[in-house]
Amino acid sequence: MSSRGKSWKEIAPAGVCSKSSTTFLTGDWKTYLPLRDLEKCTRCLLCVIFCPDGAIHWKPEKADIEFDYSFCKGCGICANECPTKAITMKLEKE
Amino acid sequence: MKNVCKQDLMAMNGDEAVAYAVKQADVDVVAAYPITPQTIIVEKFSEYVANGEVETEFVCTESEHSALTACLAAAVTGARTFTASASAGLALMHEMLFVTSGCRAPVVMAIANRALSAPLNIHGDHSDTMAQRDSGWIQLYVENAQEAYDSIIQAFRIAEDLQVLLPAMVGLDGFTLSHSLENVNGLPDEVVKKFVGVRELPLVATHEGKNAPFKLDPEKPMTMGPIAFPDYYFEFKRQQDEAMKNALSVIQRVHDEYAELSGRSYGNGLFEAYQLDDAEVAAVCLGSTAGTMKTVVDELRQDGVKAGLLRLRTFRPLPVEELQKALSHAKAIAVMDRSLSFGGNGGAVFHEIRHVLYDAATHPFVVNYVYGLGGRDSSPKELRVIYEELQRILQTKHVEKTINYLGLRE
Ligand code: SF4
Ligand code: SF4
Repeated sequence: MSSRGKSWKEIAPAGVCSKSSTTFLTGDWKTYLPLRDLEKCTRCLLCVIFCPDGAIHWKPEKADIEFDYSFCKGCGICANECPTKAITMKLEKE
Repeated sequence: MKNVCKQDLMAMNGDEAVAYAVKQADVDVVAAYPITPQTIIVEKFSEYVANGEVETEFVCTESEHSALTACLAAAVTGARTFTASASAGLALMHEMLFVTSGCRAPVVMAIANRALSAPLNIHGDHSDTMAQRDSGWIQLYVENAQEAYDSIIQAFRIAEDLQVLLPAMVGLDGFTLSHSLENVNGLPDEVVKKFVGVRELPLVATHEGKNAPFKLDPEKPMTMGPIAFPDYYFEFKRQQDEAMKNALSVIQRVHDEYAELSGRSYGNGLFEAYQLDDAEVAAVCLGSTAGTMKTVVDELRQDGVKAGLLRLRTFRPLPVEELQKALSHAKAIAVMDRSLSFGGNGGAVFHEIRHVLYDAATHPFVVNYVYGLGGRDSSPKELRVIYEELQRILQTKHVEKTINYLGLRE
């Protein structure tokens, strides 16, 4: 491992900027996937606010929300907070 | 020194001298929480803020942990920052000390050195800063209020130097220096402002492959304080060690440049050698005790004893090679510790000076004197005993006790 990376002389101090969070996909380790029932969802946007990873976006052109599974870590907070119980967490492999 | 500028002679205690230096050093953010014997520093500084004498953002936090966190956060945006603490306050900062140095944030902090509880004790010793010696901070220890003033000004330049980029703490002995009134010469405001200059920022490569100033800026976002797994963490720690090594020459350069302005110097900036060149018996100490020790050396010299003193000003980074050279002639050396590493066979300074001398060809006798814990005073008469014991060791070629406790009731 140690022979493949950069040396201590080549890296930025304190590890700044080594990778932007937009290019580093953090959603690949989730176990559960949030799935939304479009009928039950009232577009109240509470899940957008509660998602700790900013993985739920409001899309004005569609007047709807969208999950970005590249960044969703499957924590289930959205499902817990949804007032209409529109979100269910499903095992990703199912 | 022909370029020495005209200065104001003021009566100040060590804490006030620190606050005055911070006032002149064009500091952007001061975040602090009071603790004896540091309190006068931030109290005095808050007066400057209230009077509109500085434009500094003054943040009163709810704890020392938060104070340092606020300084760190401000420092990574490119701000010049300062805080002060002591004893339990510094201990509460422990976690953030490492984060600050690891983030390469050049925060400057004054420590009015004080003992740690329990039993509760508010008086001076070096237990607080010695317990933080491996936190990645530069550590300077001063002998008097004048040096406290001078060193704070220098500390900003040292910490912010692009070859260093490390936080720095300046230790002044609690009460002995923090609360004792002394004559302090202050440089004119504009001279200090010019000396510290505007903080420069290094360029770092961004993820887009471009160079950007190393600062937290919403316009040019970059990740600060990221995670580093076993594949990179070690490399970042090695960088910090290198930055410490770089600090050795920067401390000397900044010290010399300041000496040109002020006419005041403290040895080579790393340590001060007092009657050391031809000394056969020598002591090594930090802080205000050096003042008394110099008197003792003078007395001994009058009696024909070749006594000398090395007052270590820069403890981190430890000037290993320079110390080896400076101590190479002494045949018996007493290292003085105002803190104790329980069960560690002596104090931290002793361990390190002995380590420095291991490679010295002269192989001198080295003994340890633990003294002054919890603010216990050491009189010239008591300190003289150290040299008498060193002379006895030289005569008999025998060390009776390696670890000695000075002024302790047995
Ligand atoms: S919280 Fe529930 S109802 Fe509200 S927008 Fe999200 S999924 Fe829809
Ligand atoms: S599961 Fe967690 S991370 Fe994923 S969208 Fe819901 S709140 Fe966000």
